[in-house]
Parts: sequence; C-alpha cells; structure tokens
Amino acid sequence: MTQKDGWPLYEVFVRGKRGLNHVHVGSLHAADDDMAVRHARDLYTRRNEGVSIWVVRSAHITASSPDEKDPFFAPSGDKVYRHPTFYDIPDDVPHM
Amino acid sequence: MFDNAYEALNAEGDTRWAFGTGFADPLSGMDTAVPAGVDAADLAAYCLMLGDDALIMSHRLQQWCTCAPELEDEVALANIGLDLLGQARLLLARAGKADGSGRGEDELAFFRSDREFRNVRLAEVTNGDFAFCVARLLVFATWRLALMQRLVDSDDPVLAAIAAKAVKELAYHRDYAARWVVRLGDGTELSHARMRNGLDAVWSYVEELFAAHPVERRVGVDPSTVRAEFDGVLTEVLAAATLSRPEVDGLAGVSGHSGRDGVHTEAMGYLLAELQSVARAHQDATW
Repeated sequence: MTQKDGWPLYEVFVRGKRGLNHVHVGSLHAADDDMAVRHARDLYTRRNEGVSIWVVRSAHITASSPDEKDPFFAPSGDKVYRHPTFYDIPDDVPHM
Repeated sequence: MFDNAYEALNAEGDTRWAFGTGFADPLSGMDTAVPAGVDAADLAAYCLMLGDDALIMSHRLQQWCTCAPELEDEVALANIGLDLLGQARLLLARAGKADGSGRGEDELAFFRSDREFRNVRLAEVTNGDFAFCVARLLVFATWRLALMQRLVDSDDPVLAAIAAKAVKELAYHRDYAARWVVRLGDGTELSHARMRNGLDAVWSYVEELFAAHPVERRVGVDPSTVRAEFDGVLTEVLAAATLSRPEVDGLAGVSGHSGRDGVHTEAMGYLLAELQSVARAHQDATW
C-alpha cells in the first residue's frame, strides 16, 4: 500500500437475521482484512441488518466479462425444458 | 415510533436508523419510582454525572464528522457518538425523573450552564489529532465499561437496565480505539510519535476518573475500585502498541474541585455554546 493508492477495496457480504445466504451489500476501503470486517460492521449493519459478515479483497474476485455475455448467457435463454415446469403438482402438496 | 426505548431496542425488523432516535420519551412506560433504600437526590446526581460524560464525549465525537481521515472511520466515530448520545438521553431522563424536578432530557442538556455539568474533564477537552481522539476514546471507554459492568447490579432497576445496554456498546468502542492505538503505536516512526503525543496529552485527565465523588461512593460505583482493571487493560494495549505508560501528572483541580463538582476547563464554555445555541435561540422548536 502506498500513500498514493490509499487503502485497498473490499467487497462486503452480509447475512441478515432471516436470510440463508450472504448477500453482497457494497464495498469499502480498509488497510487489512481485520479492519475491513470492522468497517463493514460500522457501515453496513447500522440498521440492525446483519448477523454475519464476509469481506473479500475486490482484487481477489474473478468476474465474467461483459464481452462474453452472449456466449455465456444467451444459450440458456431458450432452454425452457430446463425449468421444472412440466410436472402436474398434486393439490395436496404444500409449499410448492 | 416506539412508546419507550426498551421497546425500540427489542423490535424485530425495525427500520430506525440509529439508537437514540425513534422514541420521544426515553423512559415512558417504565416504572421510574425510586426504590426504597436509594436516595433519590443522590441517584439523580449520579445519573447526571454519567449522562453528562456521555453527552459531552458524544459531542466531541460528532465534531469529527467531515474531518475524519477516512470515510469509513468517520462513520465509525459517528456511530460511537450516537451510542453515547443514546446513553445520555436515558441517563438524563432518569436524572430528571429521580430528582422530582420533572426536567426532561432536553432541558438538562440545553438549559444548564457549565457549572451545572458534572462530566469528567477528559470528555470536554478540545479535539486534537486522530491519535488524541483514539487515545481519549480508549481511556474513556475502558473506564466507563468497567463502571457499567458493575452498575448492571445497581439497586435502581432503571440504571441497571441502562448499564446492561451500555456494556455491549462500550465493549465495541474500546475495541475500536484499542485497535487504532496498536496500529498507530506499532506503525511507522511518524505514527508512533503522533500516538505517543496523543496519549501523553490525554494522560493528564486520567487521575480525575478514579477520584471518587461522595455521590459516587454512596449510590454508584466508587471509581477507585476499577483502577486495577483499567490499568490491566491499558498495560496490555500499550504493550501491543510498543508504547510505554505516560509519565504525566494529573491535571489539578481548582481548590480540590474538578468536573464532578462542576469545575471545568476553558474548553467547556465553547463546547456548550455550540451544543446549546440552537435550542436556546428557538426555545419552542421541536425536532
């Protein structure tokens, strides 16, 4: 870290009280991992949102490229048979 | 809006943005009768002391808004200031009920002169640099946490409930401050020197924290009994921060009187002018 670059960027994931998954809520700057968790607590759980926090250096995330959007995602657009919608669900099966 | 602060604390899925907002009367719905065996005047005076500590320290932390070295720390300091403001609201409201004067939290916060404030002088000193800020916060939170941990068993159930809430908040404040003291003390040559200066500047206000006022002895926690715990925590943090314990004499009082007696430093008048000017200029305003 140099003065010019400042602190590295982190991405923050918070799991809410009733949530099952950690959800991306935003990003922040911190000098190290430990400080990032505390900053996340101060910035993203002020309104009683969370029970668990993950942070990861933004540089450590590998993302798909917008250039690859078509080969990546377009082919799945017309495969309706991949959706489980061709079953008749009996009336007495709840929660479906 | 909640009817009282305790409902607000326990609300599930509420959207209030910070503790200290979302309720009009901090103690509404509470049984505020002073229990038998507790002197009401002493209890009120004691709650005023603890409430003023929180109110004045909160104000100093609020002054960091737009001035903190990083945006993330600015929010952190504001959060801590808001926690303390919430404690101040409850304690001042308790004081106004217990002394029978019927004065509300706003009346106590905005319409007393400096001689009527009972906070320790540590809280009122003008903000220095960030190192001074975290050094003061470490000292303040460590001392106050030790007091509140004991006040959980107070004979007054209202004060005990306020203390139980404060303990969780202060544990975080202490942790935040300690991490920064270690980071700066055990950092670069420059950050070490700045931390050294900040700690030395704070240290002259430490003795006063442990000098018991008669009211504290009678109805609260005698602060001299938490000195060992305070020293233990500070020794551990300072060792990790590669800082030696300051060799600074305590700031003398005036004829033996200090913050708990309403005798303050010059900074207090300027602080109150800023804190109180809006409420005094617009006495019928609501917010």
